[in-house]
Amino acid sequence: MENNKRLDLSYTQMKWDTAFKRILIFISGILLVLVVGILITLIIQSMPSIKALGIKYLWGKVWDPVSNIYGAYPFLIGTLLTSFTALIISIPFSIAIGIYLGEYNTKGWLSNLLKNTIELIAAVPSIIYGFWALFVLVPIIRTFETKIGVQPYGVGVFTSSIVLAVMIIPYAASLGTSLIRMVPSPLKEGAYALGATRFEVIRSVILPYTRSGLFAGILLSLGRALGETMAVTMLIGNTSAIADSFKNIFFGPGNTMASVIANEFAEADHTLYFSALIELGLVLFFVTVIINLIGKRIITKYTNN
Amino acid sequence: MKVVKSLQLAIVALACICTTLSASAQDNTLLGAGSTFVNPLFTKIFSEYDAAYHVKVNYQAIGSGGGILQLTNKTVDFGGSDAPLNDEQAKKIGVPVLHIPMAAGAVVISYNLPGFTGKLKLDGKNLADIYLGKITNWNSPEIAAANKGVKLPDMPIVVIHRSDGSGTSFIFTDYLTKVNADWASKVGKASAVNWPAGLGGKGNAGVEGLVKQTPGAIGYVELAYAVQNKMPYADVKNKAGQFITPTLASTTLSSNVSTLPADAIVSLTNTDNPKGYPITSFTWALIYKEQKYGDRSADRAKTLLKLLWYNIHEGQKDCEPLNYAPLSKSALKIAEKILKSATYDGKAIL
Amino acid sequence: MDARIGIRNSKNILFKAVIVFFAFVVTIPLIIVLLYIIKQGVMQVNWHFLTHIPAPEGEKGGGIANALVGSFFIIIIASVVAIPIGILTGIYLSENPGTKLSYYTGLCVDILQGVPSIVVGIVVYFWLVKPLGFSGFSGSMALAIMMLPIVIRSTEQTLLLLPPSLKEAALSLGVPYYRVILKVIVPCGFAGILSGIILSIARIIGETAPLLFTALGNSFLSTNMAKPMESLPHLIFTYATSPYDDQHDLAWGASFILLMFVLTLNLFTKFITKKWNIQL
Repeated sequence: MENNKRLDLSYTQMKWDTAFKRILIFISGILLVLVVGILITLIIQSMPSIKALGIKYLWGKVWDPVSNIYGAYPFLIGTLLTSFTALIISIPFSIAIGIYLGEYNTKGWLSNLLKNTIELIAAVPSIIYGFWALFVLVPIIRTFETKIGVQPYGVGVFTSSIVLAVMIIPYAASLGTSLIRMVPSPLKEGAYALGATRFEVIRSVILPYTRSGLFAGILLSLGRALGETMAVTMLIGNTSAIADSFKNIFFGPGNTMASVIANEFAEADHTLYFSALIELGLVLFFVTVIINLIGKRIITKYTNN
Repeated sequence: MKVVKSLQLAIVALACICTTLSASAQDNTLLGAGSTFVNPLFTKIFSEYDAAYHVKVNYQAIGSGGGILQLTNKTVDFGGSDAPLNDEQAKKIGVPVLHIPMAAGAVVISYNLPGFTGKLKLDGKNLADIYLGKITNWNSPEIAAANKGVKLPDMPIVVIHRSDGSGTSFIFTDYLTKVNADWASKVGKASAVNWPAGLGGKGNAGVEGLVKQTPGAIGYVELAYAVQNKMPYADVKNKAGQFITPTLASTTLSSNVSTLPADAIVSLTNTDNPKGYPITSFTWALIYKEQKYGDRSADRAKTLLKLLWYNIHEGQKDCEPLNYAPLSKSALKIAEKILKSATYDGKAIL
Repeated sequence: MDARIGIRNSKNILFKAVIVFFAFVVTIPLIIVLLYIIKQGVMQVNWHFLTHIPAPEGEKGGGIANALVGSFFIIIIASVVAIPIGILTGIYLSENPGTKLSYYTGLCVDILQGVPSIVVGIVVYFWLVKPLGFSGFSGSMALAIMMLPIVIRSTEQTLLLLPPSLKEAALSLGVPYYRVILKVIVPCGFAGILSGIILSIARIIGETAPLLFTALGNSFLSTNMAKPMESLPHLIFTYATSPYDDQHDLAWGASFILLMFVLTLNLFTKFITKKWNIQL
């Protein structure tokens, strides 16, 4: 009897074990279904526009819902211009933070304070950055634009880029910090022993050693900038026409893929219009996902080595 | 143990929520979406309606285009629009949709000229040229010609338009199309057009927000938005050649058309009335003629119809303080008739 | 010779100065934004503000009770859905590294992390809004999708950090696998998992884009998840771009509250991870 009971017990336990394992597999499967579902939904819903417009859609220069002409070019330009400007502004700062926290000041209250502050930058919701910029930054930019002699819109590509730059700094900075901390000390010590100054160690040992990792951090920042919606929608000026000169494109109003979707998705009233917007979402999905995956792969490879 | 417990708790909570969700799917709230043009009026009426009848009407001002799309997708009880359904939209919906006029309003040209205290006067041609990007400075000779005796500042014009599908844009472009051939051929009339110049703001509120913030800006908004925000607005030249200040009176004059068709779909812009303001329009509530669709109950259809009945009767008293023109007697008759034609499962509701 | 060392030394000092300057300059915009929001917002917040719904356009007064309640409900439901799925997936990933499923699931987590929030909004619109109408529930689902990758990764990484001997010891005592996981492994990594959860909530509480086409918004107080709901970030977005000064005031107050939530949650996470690190 005693024995049987034990057997029964272990039998039920085994049943629970298999059930538990199956649940785990099932739940993980849900995630696959979710991501594949997102992709399929986007593709199916943008089918009418893919069929009607073809690949020309990507470089069509006109977005005109009245005459049913849809070209994504203005938004591609807007997205790339804001993201890359933001990236260029942010790189010196994020690398400086990485070097400072990773090499100069790795411990202590000041280092912790700075690290936590940088993390807070990422924590503040983008809507709050947008709101603040609309009321504080935009008037400042407007005076600046009057001084340099361009149309003083205040809002536009340039303004969005500045706000975006602040928002994406933490991503590259925190990754940079941890990668620079991981540089093996024998390498650095060797260089010091040869009489190198700290600057020379950073320039010729640390930066080359962490180059690919820093690049990955910058990619992640870029991915974040490309998909950012709310702050940009509030600040970019929302116009689908492309200005005639680079100066006007850069300081004037524009639109990004994300901001067009946010503005027009709920009210695109005919099929082609609607599906052209979803196709923008599909393009955005592919671009950000690919950039993110490349970034992640580089990091995995780097940390494994 | 904690984790197992919390998991169990989570599952129980989820189950509870699912049951409450299905239980409370039918309740005393209505959902409308669309026109931002009429939003100040609607929020006022609906807040009073809630106090009087305890029916909460959630109206989301997402733009007229949005209202029509969400009605097409059957995600709202009624849509608000300042532009009647166009052929393509009507085809997409496929079933008859009633347009019930709610009030008439004026689209005013709001501007921000620091230091300028006079009254700006604009005619249709100047307005079209500004929005086409042909006139780019406030001191241009064309604008000066219409404003004799006042000195306009040397300041670049910042053109502001809607970024979303908008009935206000429809009214405005409808007017420009009627008065300017160049505009008609290059841009045309619609709720979302390919704007040749300027910045986009979301909703009437977004446009007025940008105008208020940007020195040198010009934008078009419903009269109530300009008045409530104490922003100046221009006199516009009408068909008779008079410069008319948009007021309740001049809007009412334009909206009093003698031959209102039975479906209440009419364009009021560029009125013949010599004292009427030229950029005026009705704003409509859109509902399905046949209210039985999806799992919609007869009660809900009745609640909706009662609300709209309230809007065109008791609700009209809110129009004047907010500078909307109330429906004229003849328009009210037609609106009543249209409302009564709504059916549930083939039977009249009211 | 001396001159060269001098140049090298001054280069060294100059470089350090530049780095320190760039590193600390970044904190200035954050401080400015925080102070500005606090300055504008703190005056708005009072009992009336927290317990009333917004007044009709152009009228004075009103509060943001509808957004507070809406955000609370939306976040709770999003958490109820995302946390169990996230933790279980995290367990699977940490327990079965190297299987095909875990490779693809891991890939999906990475993809999900990169999906722009606006795209999540579009997709949930088709999945839930088109068949069922706008609802707070569909907003919750959109936010749950945003939460998942953070919860999964933090669970996985926490569990991977635990010493394998812990699991082996428990298994060798004859404890069944599921009990080892649920009663030994997960409780040991509890602090790490919890901090991941809080972090994910802090991340989604300010998300606006996925709510635009799902929860829509509601000018009345509503606790019905099957109906449209207001939320803090959505209220800020609509009122920030409006011309009414009263609505700006509401938006500043709402921003202040949202910011306080986010900062508190972040500090709380810091506290937990610090405590947890000491234990390890």
